[in-house]
Amino acid sequence: MSNHEHNHGEHECTCFPGFKHDTLIPMVGVITDIREETPDVKTFRVNAPEGGKLFEHMPGQCAMLCVPGVSEGMFSITSSPTNKEYQEFSIKRCGMLTEMLHSLEVGSEITVRGPYGNNFPVDTVLKGKDLVFIAGGIGLAPLRSVINYVIDNRADYGKVDIIYGSRSADDLVQLKEIREVWMNTPGINVHLTIDREQEGWEGHVGFVPTFVKELGEAGQVEFGINTISLICGPPIMIKFVLGALSDMGVSKTQIYTTLELRMKCGVGKCGRCNIGSKYVCKDGPVFRFDEIDELPPEY
Amino acid sequence: MYKIAKENLASLFALIHETNELYLPVQVAGQTNFAAWSEDACVDLDTLKTVKSPKDVFFPQSETLYTCNKEDNKLRITPEALVDAPFVVFGMKACDIKGIEVLDRVFLSDPVDSFYAARREHGIIVALACHEPEESCFCKVFGVDCTEPAADVATWMIEGELYWKALTEKGEKLTEAVKSLLTETCEAKVEAEKSAVKEIVEKLPYSNLSLEGWNGDVLTEKFNDELWNELYKPCLACGTCTFVCPTCQCYDIKDYNTGNGVQRYRCWDSCMYSDFTMMAHGNNRNSQMQRFRQRFMHKLVYFPANNDGMYSCVGCGRCVDKCPASLNIVKVIKAFSEKGDK
Repeated sequence: MSNHEHNHGEHECTCFPGFKHDTLIPMVGVITDIREETPDVKTFRVNAPEGGKLFEHMPGQCAMLCVPGVSEGMFSITSSPTNKEYQEFSIKRCGMLTEMLHSLEVGSEITVRGPYGNNFPVDTVLKGKDLVFIAGGIGLAPLRSVINYVIDNRADYGKVDIIYGSRSADDLVQLKEIREVWMNTPGINVHLTIDREQEGWEGHVGFVPTFVKELGEAGQVEFGINTISLICGPPIMIKFVLGALSDMGVSKTQIYTTLELRMKCGVGKCGRCNIGSKYVCKDGPVFRFDEIDELPPEY
Repeated sequence: MYKIAKENLASLFALIHETNELYLPVQVAGQTNFAAWSEDACVDLDTLKTVKSPKDVFFPQSETLYTCNKEDNKLRITPEALVDAPFVVFGMKACDIKGIEVLDRVFLSDPVDSFYAARREHGIIVALACHEPEESCFCKVFGVDCTEPAADVATWMIEGELYWKALTEKGEKLTEAVKSLLTETCEAKVEAEKSAVKEIVEKLPYSNLSLEGWNGDVLTEKFNDELWNELYKPCLACGTCTFVCPTCQCYDIKDYNTGNGVQRYRCWDSCMYSDFTMMAHGNNRNSQMQRFRQRFMHKLVYFPANNDGMYSCVGCGRCVDKCPASLNIVKVIKAFSEKGDK
């Protein structure tokens, strides 16, 4: 068995009797494109060595990426499952592993395992609803998967508003796609903001939570009983957005977000992301806000 | 029911070893732990508790998962072979076997951990009932009967003779293979032994520890209790409790550069350590109080909530014996019930 080379997309293979592909054994992935989004965020396109995707996933799910010999980390899959050619990961440089990933070039190989976790309920709860996406900085990464899924299945959903902000205009990720695709899709309104005034920026200036409140109170974005909000961003942003939504009478059962804790295994066994009786890697990363309220405040 | 004289056990072990790897309590440098049998091993069946629990027979302290090689900028992944030969673990106590039942809930739940599953599939457990439970034992509190271990074969050591009873198909097969060394006998002596040991168990200082207040919907109440702020204080964050514990299953996954490829291995880790939950953007349990609380909340509240009420403690008492700061789960349970009495 020791000479058995393994790079199967499926978790069970029949190369020899009794062999089960363990979820901890990764696949090899090839980086086929790198886009510099911002000074510290790059989007990596990943394919199987023989071409095509490594696996199928749902919006909100994550995968473990690893530079062998450095370390392995959990990243949300930012591309939509409706993309049949490749998967993408938007990664901010902020530690040892991400520093290493940022130094890789097109053609480099990494290891990938997944997909892990649950997903945004795109085929159930979200169907037929008006959707408000609220993102800050790199927090757009998991929501982008949902947004593009919604665009590709446009008839299944109602009105869509995307409220997205960052520290500066240079820190907005996926700006090309936002301008060329999202802003040109019927029924989708994009509201951008940056934290501070900046030369050349004609758009809104101000923090995301305040912007959400302004848009809501002016009736530019409606938070009705048929609306579901999906939030992702820094914890402080989430906290204040939640306050703003609550002030406008939005129920916690109409709000979804993702949690992020340290992970190693991805399957609820290594113990790291345990919070209350949940494992964020397995029971999350997507939670409805009233579910988060039931967890101990350790996130 | 069969029996074999204690002085013939060496022959029994040799016979088992002909067709199986054999792990049993072995004394090395004055400390007894489960280890592979060899003819000159100092087998120690008298020490009640091995220092570490025998969990590492099924969940090794460190094990390689795969090797990753790089040639011409191409990565090649070679998974580590799974255990595929039968092995026998001799002398496990009832509490440690219950510990394996707890680990089964973790590693055999979907998705199954194939490294662990292969060991469970090929492992045959020969349990040894307790003869002299110690003061630090409290297995009774967690529903364990130390006189009647649930294994493939149960054995009792009585007056220099080992009584042997197969309980499963695997156990029957092993019994068949070593029958030449066993003699048939009746159960009378074993029944008398069980009653005698049960009497000792009743008198142990922690046997009447009450778990009242730990079941049901108590997560928020227990989590927010002020008691944790006092209880954790002596904790040194050394992680000894987690390493000797038969049910602690937290692990780390790391890379080791062999110079000829990168070996990915997993090893035991501990929720007592500050870097356990450390991320680039911060730590969600950054005080020792939080980490201390996590360990006991997990054993007594979170784990049972996901596992039909099964606690993730088996009352082996190793933490009672080994904690350098005399902190342990008994102290935690007592502190909460004393508070309730007031």
